[in-house]
Amino acid sequence: MKDIFQYRQLFYFLVWRDIKVRYKQTLLGIAWAVIQPVVAMVIFTIFFGRLASVAGQTNIPYPVFVYTGLLPWMYFSGAVSNGANSLVTNVQLVTKVYFPRQIIPSISLISGLVDFGLSFILLLLLMVYYAVSIGSGMLLVPVLLLGVSMLALGLNLFLAALNAQFRDVRHAMPFIMQIWLFASPIIYPPRFVPEKFRFLLNLNPMTGYLEGFRSAVLHQPWDFEALAMSLSISAVLLIIGSLYFNRVEATLADVI
Amino acid sequence: MHKLPAIEVQNLSKQYRIGALEKKNAHLGEQLRGLIPRLFSRDKKNTIWSLKNVNFTVEPGEAWGIIGRNGAGKSTLLKVLSKITRATSGTVVTRGRVAALLEVGTGFHPELTGRENVYLNGSILGMTKPEIKRKFDDIVDFAGVGPFIDTPVKRYSSGMQLRLAFAVAAYLEPEILVIDEVLAVGDLEFQKKCLHSVEEMKGGRTVLFVSHNLGAVKGLCQKALWLEQGEVKQSGEVNSVVQAYLSSVAEISKGDSIEEKRQGGTGLIRFTSIELRDQEGDERASFMVGEQMRIRADFSSQARVIDPAFCIGIIRGDGTVVSYLHSMAVGYPLSKVSGKGFVEVTIPEIMMMPGEYHIQLWCGAKRDRVVYDLVEPVARFTIISGPIMRSQLALDSRWGVIYIPASWNHQSEADGQSN
Repeated sequence: MKDIFQYRQLFYFLVWRDIKVRYKQTLLGIAWAVIQPVVAMVIFTIFFGRLASVAGQTNIPYPVFVYTGLLPWMYFSGAVSNGANSLVTNVQLVTKVYFPRQIIPSISLISGLVDFGLSFILLLLLMVYYAVSIGSGMLLVPVLLLGVSMLALGLNLFLAALNAQFRDVRHAMPFIMQIWLFASPIIYPPRFVPEKFRFLLNLNPMTGYLEGFRSAVLHQPWDFEALAMSLSISAVLLIIGSLYFNRVEATLADVI
Repeated sequence: MHKLPAIEVQNLSKQYRIGALEKKNAHLGEQLRGLIPRLFSRDKKNTIWSLKNVNFTVEPGEAWGIIGRNGAGKSTLLKVLSKITRATSGTVVTRGRVAALLEVGTGFHPELTGRENVYLNGSILGMTKPEIKRKFDDIVDFAGVGPFIDTPVKRYSSGMQLRLAFAVAAYLEPEILVIDEVLAVGDLEFQKKCLHSVEEMKGGRTVLFVSHNLGAVKGLCQKALWLEQGEVKQSGEVNSVVQAYLSSVAEISKGDSIEEKRQGGTGLIRFTSIELRDQEGDERASFMVGEQMRIRADFSSQARVIDPAFCIGIIRGDGTVVSYLHSMAVGYPLSKVSGKGFVEVTIPEIMMMPGEYHIQLWCGAKRDRVVYDLVEPVARFTIISGPIMRSQLALDSRWGVIYIPASWNHQSEADGQSN
């Protein structure tokens, strides 16, 4: 921990590099941060727009509904996809200089916030357009983000270390995230899932955060049980991830 | 008061699993098949010791050269010392901030500008932001990339990138500096700047320096550590360690067989062996500029041969002929030979630029153009810079073929007198 504090400047510079480089030599630049969730929103609205009303959730326009789900999801999936590959893409650093290696899989958690922030502004515009009232629950968004970050960090530590040894992770990630997207209440509300399978949905640690995010932004009733579940699973995963990472770290430069 | 050592290394060992080295990017499936047996039996066959029981102590302010052949464990030692990887057993104690320069330009990103990369690379090497800010102008100056500092480095030539990267490293101020073979890059002018700045960086600092340039090691370091197959073969005062290392290299490189390198000839006289020796008569494959070198070629002739001529060619690694030492060129009388014998030439002072060389052996008739034997290349040897040159530069074959010890004097208006 003391080490990490000592190297905070390096952490800051690496985050800064990540942000700076991400949209270099693109025509649209930082606009990509917004284009991705918006296009996803449009597509999901066209194909799944009926799902919400089927489940009896009619008080929120579907585009707003799906966009509020996509925001935390895209932050999460971006952070984990980049994080899982992070050690491998920074192999040059890992094998040539010393610093606490935990820094590397943590970078995407912070640099992803920029994209999140931009698409969040669009959410506010969207809510104004659809005349959805903006409530004080907004203040809880940072707390929920912290939960998502904790989950992503646990996964990143585990996956990045695993990927350093077995490149299979890199190939599996896009595919896993795709499935995870549909296994999470993003394009559909939890009520869409039959009561007897609801517990399965709650085992998905993203469920509590996604629902919490909607509750906070859209004035929905809170499901504290699901949120507590997500937080506990995230904490457990963070511990497992850290332990595994520490075990691999000692000889990381040799196996990567 | 006696200061504590800057670096203490005790019983340091580092083991690599060869299997892991061979298929380090193996797929999960392949690994799973081998996983069960591997989990239960820590098979000891497929491992190698990259470092084995290494012990040494470096006092503060000392500069140590680490020498040895490729794969001797030099780089592994540096990686363990700079905490990049962990040792299998043993302890390392370092006192002071360690900066490792295992590569120039670590973390350079092509999309970022020169300025941005200086800050990034500086912080990777352990500098603080105010520190980089303070030295920024000097760094840009040293690298000579001034007008391009706000251009992405992907637009730089590779030479410019390298210069900028080294410049950042040159302004590091750690207590312990670990350098791995970074000087062997760049153009000549820049190389001498680097070597010079390493010398400046040294100033009172503890330095560990890995290099194949034994001349540079001798110039920069007072002590040396010679590693062979992961073990310390010898350590101590730099001259004696380098000397011992050189004579061991000679034994190993004797492998070049004359039979295999034979280019032709009637076979009336055949060379049988060749040896390069120094002043003391020790066999060597490396010589310093200014040292004595004796080349002895043994031969056997099938019959009595009247009026033979011998020629020993000194050829540079790229094929350039340095000189043919011909028996007739010095009017050496050789009226007849028979049976077994040898010819020996002594070069009192080798004056060739540091680099790789080899010998060509020729033997033929004095009058007509009959060639008895021709062998090339044999007796590969290395010339390294020697104290006679008093050179502050890392000279090599790009500086020419021969080294001419010239004396200098100068005059200018400022002092008005020569010295």
